[in-house]
Amino acid sequence: MGTPVISAHDVCKVYRMGTEEVHALSNVSLDIEEGNYVSIMGPSGSGKSTFFNMVGGLDTPSSGHVSVEGYRLADLNSRQLAWFRCHKIGFIFQSFNLIPTMTAVENVSIGRIFSGVSPAEAQKDAARVLERVGLGHRLDHLPGEVSGGQQQRIAIARALVNQPSIILADEPTGNLDLKTGEEIIDLLNEMKQQYNITVITATHDMKMLSASDVVVSIEDGAIKRVAKKGEFEVKVGSIDGETVA
Amino acid sequence: MAVETQLRNGSVPQQKDVSWGIAMAVSWAGLRRRLLRALITMAGVILAISFLSYMLITDSITQALVAVNNDRLNVLLQNTGVDVFGAEGTDQMTLLLIGLSLLTCFVGIVNAMLMSVTERVREIGTLKCLGACDSFIVKSYLIESAVQGLIGALIGMIVGLLVSLVIAIVNYKSFVFTNFPVLPILKALVLSFLTGTLLAVIASIWPAYLAARKQPVDALRIEE
Ligand SMILES: Nc1ncnc2c1ncn2[C@@H]1O[C@H](COP(=O)(O)OP(=O)(O)O)[C@@H](O)[C@H]1O
Ligand SMILES: [Mg+2]
Repeated sequence: MGTPVISAHDVCKVYRMGTEEVHALSNVSLDIEEGNYVSIMGPSGSGKSTFFNMVGGLDTPSSGHVSVEGYRLADLNSRQLAWFRCHKIGFIFQSFNLIPTMTAVENVSIGRIFSGVSPAEAQKDAARVLERVGLGHRLDHLPGEVSGGQQQRIAIARALVNQPSIILADEPTGNLDLKTGEEIIDLLNEMKQQYNITVITATHDMKMLSASDVVVSIEDGAIKRVAKKGEFEVKVGSIDGETVA
Repeated sequence: MAVETQLRNGSVPQQKDVSWGIAMAVSWAGLRRRLLRALITMAGVILAISFLSYMLITDSITQALVAVNNDRLNVLLQNTGVDVFGAEGTDQMTLLLIGLSLLTCFVGIVNAMLMSVTERVREIGTLKCLGACDSFIVKSYLIESAVQGLIGALIGMIVGLLVSLVIAIVNYKSFVFTNFPVLPILKALVLSFLTGTLLAVIASIWPAYLAARKQPVDALRIEE
C-alpha cells in the first residue's frame, strides 16, 4: 500500500448558469496512491476536467476539499498556487497547448525558468528532457513544424521538466490517431515507472486503459466504480470491470 | 490530519517573480515570430510620431529662419505661408492636429493590445498552469508594447526628420544649411521619441491588467 498523494473528500462542484444549476461533481471521494497510473474514465461532460481542475489547483470545490501531498489547495493564495502548479504538477492537454511562437526547447524551458532556474540552465534541462522523449533532433522547431504526436511529446517534456510528483493528462490522446495515442500512453507509463510519478489521465476511450493501475469510472459527476489492475481486463474496445467502490 | 494539513499549507512557498531581463528575452522572441501583428501596431506609432516630429522640426527650422531676418529669405518664407512678422510659437490648429493624431495612435495601440490578449487567452492560461505569476503576464505585455513603441517611435522620428528636411530644402534652398537649428531639432527628436514610447507603454497598462486577471480555467475552457 502506498500513501495517498491526492485525497478528495466529498467534493461537489456546482456551476450556476443563470437560474439553472449544473452539478459537475457530486460527492466525489477518492484517494490516489503515489506512483499509480490512474485513468479517469467517463463520457464527455461527466466531470473529468472539472475534477482535474480541482487537483491542479486551477479551481476550487463548491464544498468538500482536495489535498495534494497534504496541501489543502483551497487555502493557498495565488502565488502559492503558482508555486504548487510549477513544482508539483505537470499538465498535459488534449490540444497540446504549446506556445506557437516558441521553439520546442523554449516551450519546455519556460516552466523551468518559472521555477527559478536561470535561462541557460533551463535550456540545458529542456534539451535533456526532450532528448529523453525522443525529440533530440527537433529542439529548435516550432510546434507548427512537427506532427501532432511530436507536439504531445514536447508537451510531455514540458510537464516533466520540473520533476513534478503528479502528471495530469486531460484526454492526452484525444487529438491523435490510435497508434500515436498508444505511443503517448506508453511514454507516459515509462515516465511513471522511471521517475515514480503519479500519472492521472482522463479518457473516454477504452483502448487507452492498458497502462492503468487503477480505472475510475465516472458518470454524471459521480464515481460509479474504482477498479484496480487485475479487476478490469482490457480487451479490444471493451472493459470488463468488477464493481469495487 | 487536519493539523498536519495546516502545517504543510504554511510551508508552501510563494512563487517568485521572473526578472525583467528574462521577461524581456521571452517577449522579444515572441515579437520576432509575430512580426506581422507587431508591424501593424508599430505602423500607428510610426504615423503619429512622424507627424509629430515633422511638425516640431519644421517649426524649429522656420523659427530659425525668421530670426535671420534676411530680405530674400523673408520672401521665400512668405511664399510658403509663414507669417514673418507674426507672433512666434506653434498655432492652436497645429497643436490640435498633433493632439488628435496622438490620440488616434493611443486608441490604436490599446485596440491592438486588447486583440492580442483575446487571441492569446489560451496561451496565458497555459503559462499560468506552468507556474507563471500575474506579474509575468503584466511584464510581458508592457515589454511587448514598449518595444513596439520604441521601434515605431524611432522609425517615425527619422521619417519625420527626413520629410521636414526635404521640404525645407526645397522651399528655402541653402538657407537651411547656413542657419540649421541643431539644438532645437535634437530636442524635437528626443521629444518625439519619448512621446511615442511612453504612449505605447501607457496604452498597454489596461490590456496587460486584463490579461493577467484571466484565470487558467477560463483560459483553457475556450475550445478551438
Ligand atoms: N464553467 C462552467 N460553467 C458551467 N458549466 C460547466 C462549466 N464547466 C463545466 N461545466 C459543466 O460541467 C459538466 C462537466 O464538465 P467537464 O468537467 O468539462 O466534463 P468532461 O471533462 O468529462 O467532458 C458538464 O455538464 C459541463 O457542461
Ligand atoms: Mg474534459
